[in-house]
Amino acid sequence: MSLQSLDIKRLSATTTPAPQARSPQSGEVAKLIDVSKCIGCKACQTACMEWNDLRQEPGVNLGVYDNPNDLTENAWTVMRFTEYENEASGNLEWLIRKDGCMHCEDPGCLKACPSPGAIVQYTNGIVDFHEEKCIGCGYCVTGCPFNVPRISQKDNKAYKCTLCSDRVAVGQEPACVKTCPTGAIVFGTKKAMKDHAEERIADLKERGFDKAGLYDPAGVGGTHVMYVLHHADKPSLYASLPDEPKISPLVSLWKGVSKPLAMAALGAAALGSLFHYITKGPNDVSKELEDEMDRQDREAEAASKESQP
Amino acid sequence: MRRNPRDLQRYTSGERANHWIVGICFILLALSGLAFFHPAFFPLTQLFGGGPWTRILHPYIGVVMFVFFVAMGLRFASLNMIGQRDIEWLKNVDKMVDGDDHDMPEQGKYNGGQKLLFWGLVIGMLLIAVSGVMMWRTWVVLPVNMVRIASVLHAVAAVWMIGLIILHVYAAIWTRGTIRAMMYGTVTRAWAKQHHRGWYRKVTDDNS
Repeated sequence: MSLQSLDIKRLSATTTPAPQARSPQSGEVAKLIDVSKCIGCKACQTACMEWNDLRQEPGVNLGVYDNPNDLTENAWTVMRFTEYENEASGNLEWLIRKDGCMHCEDPGCLKACPSPGAIVQYTNGIVDFHEEKCIGCGYCVTGCPFNVPRISQKDNKAYKCTLCSDRVAVGQEPACVKTCPTGAIVFGTKKAMKDHAEERIADLKERGFDKAGLYDPAGVGGTHVMYVLHHADKPSLYASLPDEPKISPLVSLWKGVSKPLAMAALGAAALGSLFHYITKGPNDVSKELEDEMDRQDREAEAASKESQP
Repeated sequence: MRRNPRDLQRYTSGERANHWIVGICFILLALSGLAFFHPAFFPLTQLFGGGPWTRILHPYIGVVMFVFFVAMGLRFASLNMIGQRDIEWLKNVDKMVDGDDHDMPEQGKYNGGQKLLFWGLVIGMLLIAVSGVMMWRTWVVLPVNMVRIASVLHAVAAVWMIGLIILHVYAAIWTRGTIRAMMYGTVTRAWAKQHHRGWYRKVTDDNS
């Protein structure tokens, strides 16, 4: 929803540039989620519900800690729990990943959206849905490499994490960040978050996680929600976090090169037809045949008169 | 309507109604579909009551078109079997396009080009209907990769069909005396003898 007063740098289904004079001089923002510090308390889910006035109906217990079981239009973030048996160390590791919108620098949802301005990217990097302009087609779901947007059954609008753009606009951190009791979620400029991540990664490496690293996937131009992972070489361990996410080539084809090609082909067919008519003239019945048929018509008429008494 | 009692019946009223139901659906679908395909055409959603209404209506209009297209296809399929004389006609299509149709091979009710168009639209229709249902989130939820494939196929099939229909409409305008066949059902004998001599012989027994 457009609740904030942030400058927009990119709009869905818009082919001309957005206003560009103002841009954040301090750099773009990012949220850093340190998976190694997360205790799975779900305070972030609660804070998200409180701040955004969302209430997900309780579901059923499927035998896992994930609750609700998936992201929904009312649950914009979900802790996903994975039990991982680390063969190298012999330890059972409980990997808990806070799932939600990654706020890609190159957002597949925005690329796929057909409604002008229904999806925007602010100059600070946050990707936001403006549901007033959403038409409910679900193309954002088709475009997203992280399976994040959810279409409400009630109003057929798409919803996802806003990175609390309304809070960020007035200088506050997102609600999940404010509430996190262990400091696993932090928020700041992207540069500051990368610096902080580096310290954390060095610390993790000291503790034996030699593959620890930052998840800021280049395939989508980097993200404005980043993870510190103890096993950065295997992101898919963390409840199927994509190893190398990028906008599907099918989506790029559909919403990229096919558009000008199709318009050129159809334009050529229409203009070609017009100029064919102008240069070659119509395909008319020959005068000779018309005269022949007129003659036959008269003969038929005469014959029918003769046969009448 | 027969301006001349000796005009030839080319389409029955049922065939004409069927054709125009498909035609109206096609125009509505092309306008609404282009609105989703390219931002330049998004304002076309205003014709349907705005973006959400366009998104709601488009697939249902598609279902109507599919049903009536199948009915029309069944009516006309047997008349569109491609034979040797159609292949001969297609080999000489460049002369036809050039406006010189004097020694084009004699054609039945449909010429080779019309038959190709028929089967091109049949293939397009099957592709666009199947891919369209796969994208119809109101009723169908499929794995995202299948939806992505369907989205590309839907766009390709749509451009293919719109292109063919531009040719179809233009051919009807270019060949004077043709549109009345689909409007009030009849054509002149001279038109039939010139453009579809085989069909003319069959319906008139005039073998001159």
